[in-house]
Amino acid sequence: MSAKNENPKSEFYHDRVVTALVMLAIVWAVLGMAAGVYVAAELVWPTLDFGEPWLSFGRLRTVHTNVVIFGFGVSALMGTAFYSVQRTCHVPLFLPRLAWFVCIAWQIILLLGGLSLLAGITSGKEYAELEWPFDIAIALVWVCFGIIFFGTIAQRKIKPIYVSNWFYGGLIIVITMIHVVNSLAMPATLFKSYSLFAGAQDAILQWWYGHNAVGFLLTGGFLGMMYYFLPKQAERPIWSYRLSIIAFWAFTYSYIWAGPHHLHYSAIPEWVQSLAVVMSLILLAPSWATMINGIMTVSGAWQKLRTDPALKFIVLSLAFYGLATFEGPMMAIKSVNVVSHFTDWTIGHVHSGALGWNALITFGTFYFLVPRLVGRELYSVRLANIHFWLALAGTMLYVLAMWGAGVSQGLLWLSLDEFGELRYSFRDIMASMPPYYLLRLVAGLIFLSGAILMTFNLFKTISGARTIQVRPPAVRGAGASV
Amino acid sequence: MSGIGLHKKLEENTGLLIFGILFVSSIGGLAQVMPSLFQESLRTATENTTVYSPLEQMGRDIYMREGCSLCHSQQIRPLLAEVERYGPYSRAGEFVYDRPFLWGSKRTGPDLHRVGGKYSDEWHRLHLINPRDVVPKSIMPAYPWLAEREANANGDIGRRLAALQKLGHPYDAEDIATADAALEGKTELDAVVAYLQKLGTAYGPGDKP
Repeated sequence: MSAKNENPKSEFYHDRVVTALVMLAIVWAVLGMAAGVYVAAELVWPTLDFGEPWLSFGRLRTVHTNVVIFGFGVSALMGTAFYSVQRTCHVPLFLPRLAWFVCIAWQIILLLGGLSLLAGITSGKEYAELEWPFDIAIALVWVCFGIIFFGTIAQRKIKPIYVSNWFYGGLIIVITMIHVVNSLAMPATLFKSYSLFAGAQDAILQWWYGHNAVGFLLTGGFLGMMYYFLPKQAERPIWSYRLSIIAFWAFTYSYIWAGPHHLHYSAIPEWVQSLAVVMSLILLAPSWATMINGIMTVSGAWQKLRTDPALKFIVLSLAFYGLATFEGPMMAIKSVNVVSHFTDWTIGHVHSGALGWNALITFGTFYFLVPRLVGRELYSVRLANIHFWLALAGTMLYVLAMWGAGVSQGLLWLSLDEFGELRYSFRDIMASMPPYYLLRLVAGLIFLSGAILMTFNLFKTISGARTIQVRPPAVRGAGASV
Repeated sequence: MSGIGLHKKLEENTGLLIFGILFVSSIGGLAQVMPSLFQESLRTATENTTVYSPLEQMGRDIYMREGCSLCHSQQIRPLLAEVERYGPYSRAGEFVYDRPFLWGSKRTGPDLHRVGGKYSDEWHRLHLINPRDVVPKSIMPAYPWLAEREANANGDIGRRLAALQKLGHPYDAEDIATADAALEGKTELDAVVAYLQKLGTAYGPGDKP
């Protein structure tokens, strides 16, 4: 954006908070992935916790998921939301000080929350483990995030609200809703509470939350990132505006219903499970519509893939997005789920999304964004290219290892002989897992080493530099539309 | 096209967009999750299901603290292979005193819903302190610290039961008043073993499927 185009009367965009969030996201990424590698190693060598409670698998695994999702993922989403909402609205952030508060408060929650998880303080609900004082703080920060985001949109100079903002908006609204409802609990002490709902009802509520945290944070939030940064990098407009509308509303409507596919064949009502199957299959349509929209946007700019490592990451992430959003509905079908449920296949599925989609699109976005934030060239394109291949190899190997482990667990557990007796003991099946787990550990190490390369590369790019100041462009003709 | 015209309104009005997202994303929850939260049969205890004793409840809280449910499910599916391996499949009414539910999503180790009574207390103690002493190829972590810590070290078992009582668990004033005494001299290991031995034992001939 050249200075000539800037509107001299306007304030500068508030980008320093974006730089801070991007840097923090990178730090959390390395920490969270390192914790993941460590727990993967513990599944191969179970004595690696050295008798220390805080190093034990049951605590460290929760730290891993929380740090990568809420540290790396959410910091990246907040940073990119703040960056893109200013540029799609042509106004600086609404309440920039509140944006700093959101940034800092979120990091404090993560830091103290992470320590509390190591101490074994947990509400026991997957992906919502932090205890009630943290839950209240999270809700407050999330509401402030919403005030800044929608406040900026309300002041915009461009009439239509751009599609990336619908997805970021969905992230803010739906996560607030499901977080608050799922966290309802009766405190017993400062660090111990009991869920308001019990047993089967608690299960239904928890997976309404769990599934839609995946839906509106890991899918929707990152689609917001895709809708802004992909067209920017490809230097082409979104392929189909109409498709983006249909896909957004269909996605927002149908995702919510799919949660109970995490509870197939369990003690919840049959109709709830069946409905979840149908809605999970329907969900394939908006998921792939969005993928097609992304891929077709790059179409015609393929030559850029040879030179631009950032775009390569984003295009590959769309391929994994397509894979994961196809695999998900398939695993929601009960006859597939009967094999996949409770196995490492689920872990593989999650990681094809988390590594292949979330991490890769964020890496690509950061390689694009960081040089622009500080007005410098990327320190090393070559390192970024090496990172690309490490990320691809790590993700593929991870997913293949978990498919192998998961499908064999699922089939062997169910295997009966001609007299209808169990063919294999649980112990024997478990004892056959270490080779897969070792392979997964190697995959994780490869992926982590790529992330460390990126950290070095981006910190070199940024070191000694300041975030450059950019003003919104001068809008020709008041209220220019579309 | 009128659909596009309608959308033009939504995407040019911040308030309408917020409302639209809230409305569209609420439908599924209201139609599918809400009814289940009020469904009486999902919160009616089976005939033999009882609340956890103070020691068992503390054991359950420790089980949760150590993340046991990350590797052990407590949900036996109504499949021939599962019923043969683990026992009668799980009924909703057996979980009405489980806050939160601990069904889990992964079986790195076996399902534990009907583990109660399957092994002796002594087996559980050895196994928890070092799993490989009794299952040589186990990849389960060891929990030696459970044997060294008092179950009620913070003296808060009464407050835990009181919170559960407020949520409708049928504890009486005497249960709460004597809870500290019930845990006197017990270790965390005792508590976890007591909890494990209680698991899944509610199922009996009197229960309807």
